[in-house]
Amino acid sequence: MASYLIRRILYMVPIIFGVMVITFVLFFVVQSPTAMAKRILGPKAKPEAIQNWLHNRGYDKPRFINTQPGATWWDSQFVHQMKALATFDLGYSDATGESIARMFRQGAIPSLLITVPSFIFGFLISLSAALFFVFVRDSRTDLFGVILCVAMMSIPIQVYVIFGQWLIAVKTSYLPAFGFYLSGASTIKFLVLPVILYTLADLGGEVRLYRTIFLEEIHQEYVKTAQAKGVSPARVLFVHVLKNGMISIITLVVASLPFLIIGSLVLENFFGIPGLGNLTVNAIRTSDFAVVRTTVYLGSLLYLVGLLLTDICYAAVDPRIRFQ
Amino acid sequence: MNFPLWIQNLAIFLLAASMGSAFWFVARSPRWQRATRRFRNDKVGLLSACVISVYLFIGLLDSVQIPAGPHRDRTALDWMFHGIKRERTYSAPLASTSYSATRPQPLEGRHVLGTDVLGKDVLLQTLKACRTALIIGGLTSMIYIPLGTLFGVLAGYYRRWVDDVIQYIYSTLATIPSILLLIAIIMALGKGLPQISIALGVTAWVGLCRLIRGETMRQSQRAYVEAARALGQSHRQIICRHILPNVMHLVIINFILGFSGFVMTESILSYLGVGVPVGTPSWGQMIDSARMELAREPAVWWNLGASACALFFLVLALNLLGDALRRAFDPRGSSVSVSR
Repeated sequence: MASYLIRRILYMVPIIFGVMVITFVLFFVVQSPTAMAKRILGPKAKPEAIQNWLHNRGYDKPRFINTQPGATWWDSQFVHQMKALATFDLGYSDATGESIARMFRQGAIPSLLITVPSFIFGFLISLSAALFFVFVRDSRTDLFGVILCVAMMSIPIQVYVIFGQWLIAVKTSYLPAFGFYLSGASTIKFLVLPVILYTLADLGGEVRLYRTIFLEEIHQEYVKTAQAKGVSPARVLFVHVLKNGMISIITLVVASLPFLIIGSLVLENFFGIPGLGNLTVNAIRTSDFAVVRTTVYLGSLLYLVGLLLTDICYAAVDPRIRFQ
Repeated sequence: MNFPLWIQNLAIFLLAASMGSAFWFVARSPRWQRATRRFRNDKVGLLSACVISVYLFIGLLDSVQIPAGPHRDRTALDWMFHGIKRERTYSAPLASTSYSATRPQPLEGRHVLGTDVLGKDVLLQTLKACRTALIIGGLTSMIYIPLGTLFGVLAGYYRRWVDDVIQYIYSTLATIPSILLLIAIIMALGKGLPQISIALGVTAWVGLCRLIRGETMRQSQRAYVEAARALGQSHRQIICRHILPNVMHLVIINFILGFSGFVMTESILSYLGVGVPVGTPSWGQMIDSARMELAREPAVWWNLGASACALFFLVLALNLLGDALRRAFDPRGSSVSVSR
């Protein structure tokens, strides 16, 4: 088991390096630091101000290899960026000068407060709905359910959010339409609407996916055996099929767990929740390249963590994988 | 865009005709004929195909240029709406005065779906946005389908180091969450339709490549490929004559489902501020501008309603058509992973 995991982790090293190279190419080669400085300081900025801005951030160094006399060859933007990312030295925001590490630490809790409850509710609701549709499979209800799921998938999240806010908060004013204040139990009233909308926006896709997974299971041999032995259809579905289908579902779900911390870009921005999603949207709007760069990098690391968790899950349920 | 009108129009019709004949050409193989027969009995699939053709037709109308005066041309769609004048500000659907509680002004004309903040007719804007959506989807598909199919077939057929290299490239790209990668690419390249298409293409080919690679691996172990090899056919011949036709249906299904994804993603990108440039009609922009309009008292709902409905029906029809095609090609449902 340990050697399997170590192999998996070693396999990720070149991928992390690749991600670093991609972010570097996008933010330092395609978009030159000088253009970046001009966008942030405004078109009327003096050349000295731009030079100063570049120098303070180390963006005036040569790009890949330092060939200037008296300097070591590795004193370049590329090496500095790689080193900073590898040591989690996230640096400072281009727009506000705030420490990015601190911004991310502050944003994580509001994001998790939205995503964790909606993940739990969404998982339970979509699992039950999928089981129900599989139970009544090939009926009119099932067809209607599938079309409803596809219809729900076809609505972009901002329409859910705009319409939901208008209906529940503006029209009926049961809940606050906007804002977030972190203080014990009173935070809940700010969370209810975003959590409901976030759950709803993902529901269609999840139900359809889980339904497909269960339908796949139901055509397996062991189901036929159980039916031949006279097990009731309900028991076959809710015990045998559910258990086996859960293996694929859990491994899918585990891969998405680390992303809960990123939150939802659209939703957080819309409701003014100071989470990581909102942070990213604000960074886009203020052309804050340092923050976007860091989000891309951390998002990739989270993906790899999810991949690793999936591998652990697979290895735990299927011993054959460990010996491959 | 300084070509004479008839060249532009000819190019558009040639594109449409070549797409049609490509379908007709490819549909001659027995497998496709079987699928066509199954598809004809699929009411949901046929209905969604009809809906999509309506969108294509509107997009085509807005692409055909007709001369209008010495220095400006307009599209056939503009010509159909030429009687409708521009107002000064909001007006409700079919209202006779502008939308204001204190000082309603008389309007120049009637508007079926009202007007937006700049006084433009919402129906015309919604229809014009079809073309933007089709252009984004079409350009992106022109980038990602050749890339994904080529690399997928190469990786699946040659295996070994070719496979290793291609797998490394796509697993690295897949590691970056796609919405973040899109944002990063568009921020680096700048705003614009081609930039959005490039960004979408870079993120979309990964899924197709993975799919085609797996299917190619499965196909190249089948007896007919071995027979072709025993008959002394070259690798190129085997790939072009035997492998490609047998993975093509996956490409078509992926194209249809991918298209719906691009339309949705465009609207989210517009919300995030990295969408199409201001001034280009797009459903994402319209939904985005509706954010503040619903909060007005009384609410301006027609802008959001029109754009969201137009987007919804296109995406829904594409999703249902993709599902119907999958059922037609693979009635037992053995390849679940097509959409993911």
